[in-house]
Amino acid sequence: MKKEVFRGNIDYFQIMDENGNVDAALLPQYVDDNKILEMLKYMVLARELDAKALSLQRQGRAVTYAPLLGEEATQVGSGMALRREDYFVPNFRQHAVYLVRGLPLDLFFTYWRGYEEAQKIPESVKGLPVIVPVSTQMPHAAGVAFAQKYKNTGAAVIAFVGDGGTSEGDFYEAINFAGEWNLPLVTIIENNSWAISEPTKKQTAAETLAQKGVAAGIKRIVQVDGNDVIAVYKAVKEAVDASKDGPSVIEALTYRMGLHTTADDPTKYRSDEELEKWKLKDPIARVKKYLNGKGLWDDEKEAAFIEQNKEMIDSAIEKAESFVPDPKSMFENLYSFMPDVLKEEMDEAVKENFWQGDLQ
Amino acid sequence: MMSNMVAALNSALDNIMKENANAVILGEDVGKDGGVFRITEGLLEKYGETRVIDTPLAESGIIGTSIGMAISGLRPIPEIQFAGFMFLGFSQLVNHAARYRSRTRSAFKVPMIVRTPVSGGVRTLEHHSESPEVYYAHMGGLIVVEPSGSYDAKGLLIAASKLDDPVVFLEPTKLYRLFKEDVPEEAYEVPIGKAKTIKEGNSLSIITYGTMVPVVKNVVEKRKIDADVIDIRTINPLDEKSIIESVKKTGRALIVHEASLSFGAGAEIAARIAEKAIFDLKAPVIRVASDSLPYPFPGYEKYYIPNELKVSKAIDRIMSV
Repeated sequence: MKKEVFRGNIDYFQIMDENGNVDAALLPQYVDDNKILEMLKYMVLARELDAKALSLQRQGRAVTYAPLLGEEATQVGSGMALRREDYFVPNFRQHAVYLVRGLPLDLFFTYWRGYEEAQKIPESVKGLPVIVPVSTQMPHAAGVAFAQKYKNTGAAVIAFVGDGGTSEGDFYEAINFAGEWNLPLVTIIENNSWAISEPTKKQTAAETLAQKGVAAGIKRIVQVDGNDVIAVYKAVKEAVDASKDGPSVIEALTYRMGLHTTADDPTKYRSDEELEKWKLKDPIARVKKYLNGKGLWDDEKEAAFIEQNKEMIDSAIEKAESFVPDPKSMFENLYSFMPDVLKEEMDEAVKENFWQGDLQ
Repeated sequence: MMSNMVAALNSALDNIMKENANAVILGEDVGKDGGVFRITEGLLEKYGETRVIDTPLAESGIIGTSIGMAISGLRPIPEIQFAGFMFLGFSQLVNHAARYRSRTRSAFKVPMIVRTPVSGGVRTLEHHSESPEVYYAHMGGLIVVEPSGSYDAKGLLIAASKLDDPVVFLEPTKLYRLFKEDVPEEAYEVPIGKAKTIKEGNSLSIITYGTMVPVVKNVVEKRKIDADVIDIRTINPLDEKSIIESVKKTGRALIVHEASLSFGAGAEIAARIAEKAIFDLKAPVIRVASDSLPYPFPGYEKYYIPNELKVSKAIDRIMSV
């Protein structure tokens, strides 16, 4: 006896193409021009912030930085699709998601100056702290989603993972839990085409990363143009709205136009031609074209917007740079209480002035 | 040839790959990128994609497949990009690499070298600066090596490639390019399990390794301390003999490492001194280490890693008894 026991397919969609043309049949009614303008503003601001952080790093005013250049649509589209009650779980490149969720900008810059105090994320942001080891945030996301279900909050959780991250065991384990427990978890695979020097084809022989969700029993799976903010917004919004019925996987196809981090040199492993090809698919340029055509955006408006942001960014940097670290905070925040043996180490450092200087 | 540690390790890998057709390098970005620290630079071009393999991003998979290769007669040399990420492969190392030989009474062996950068001081992001040596040393079954200079780095790596044991090879990131030493182009070995006395003296033994070696050297030179300075080089198995001989001579022992204090390698060394040389001691054994905390964000690391002042004050304390 032989019978088919599984068959599946995964759709890809794009709503706004690289020239700013909109597929009217796919454009949802809840996306009007004002919404698109708001998306553009967040993306432009995100790009400004990113350029500023990169520049601070180059000036020695920030530690190793992971730029988001090129991934604005995936992040802004996702962030904006969340309801106020929903949570997000980032890895280390989701700066624009924090931005959309209202993280105070000085905390963004404080993080990239290398201080834990930057991770005192306000409750209203509903975001977890930055997580660096690839994919290790994914089981947390499933756990946060379980807690929403357990407490019946109605909130969804969106978790971000990169293309490289889908190769990690934690990724499979997390989506498997999400499938088995039918959790309100939306997994966004931010496929930026490169895991440092390795293209996505080095990660898997599968045609898509989205299809990894199939084996986890996840029913809602889609692949979108990750440089199309409207497509991302629609995919995430629908997944969030449906999260009470179970998990989703969304693969957003985008491109890391910049560096993996400021310690990376992409000229070693990828061609200029490839980058140029992706520049034509820039996530911001297409929205500008569209809104220009509608008379809602032009160079003058953009210049004014950028100028206004500059003030906000500069004052956030000023605040971040005025932060004075207190080494005692390393000891005082390790446990819920202060063990005697730890206090002794701290007291010795203070008494002997270990933190003040070095041997002359 | 004067080489920094990056060039020395690269040269060692080249020697190993040339000599042993079963040697295979695998890891994230080790091929085209030459490794994020460029340790495997040029090896893909020289030895091809079947021997220098850019793997999927999966530390447990990299170490686990290496174990499978090793028990099948290959000599894998996996690179884990940062020690903080190696914990994702911890189960494979401690549950399997460490135990294959003993649980099969030597019918199976795991000849592999897991290389990873360790320790901090270079202002990297979280999880890029850990000093995990004792996790691996504690298990039993894993050789744990940590050079502090280019010459030793090359010689120890080549020696590791001749052992039929799993070796965790820890490379201090801060020392990769800090200074150069004379490193021969041809293959040579530095014995595993043997400490090196960097400087001889009579009134104090300073036992150290890794990133703290240059810090200790600076203090001893600046203050003209009459001390034996011992770089243990291999964490497991420990060269107890060299340590005890020195402590019996000087009567004082100071242990310095970057890994955090509590339950660190210093505790093991101090215990062995207590067991075998306590009646030769003129002063209590003192440990200098980072405080008993997880490695902090980069803004705080200068308050965390022992500096020369901390080492110097410990010397004052031990010499005042």
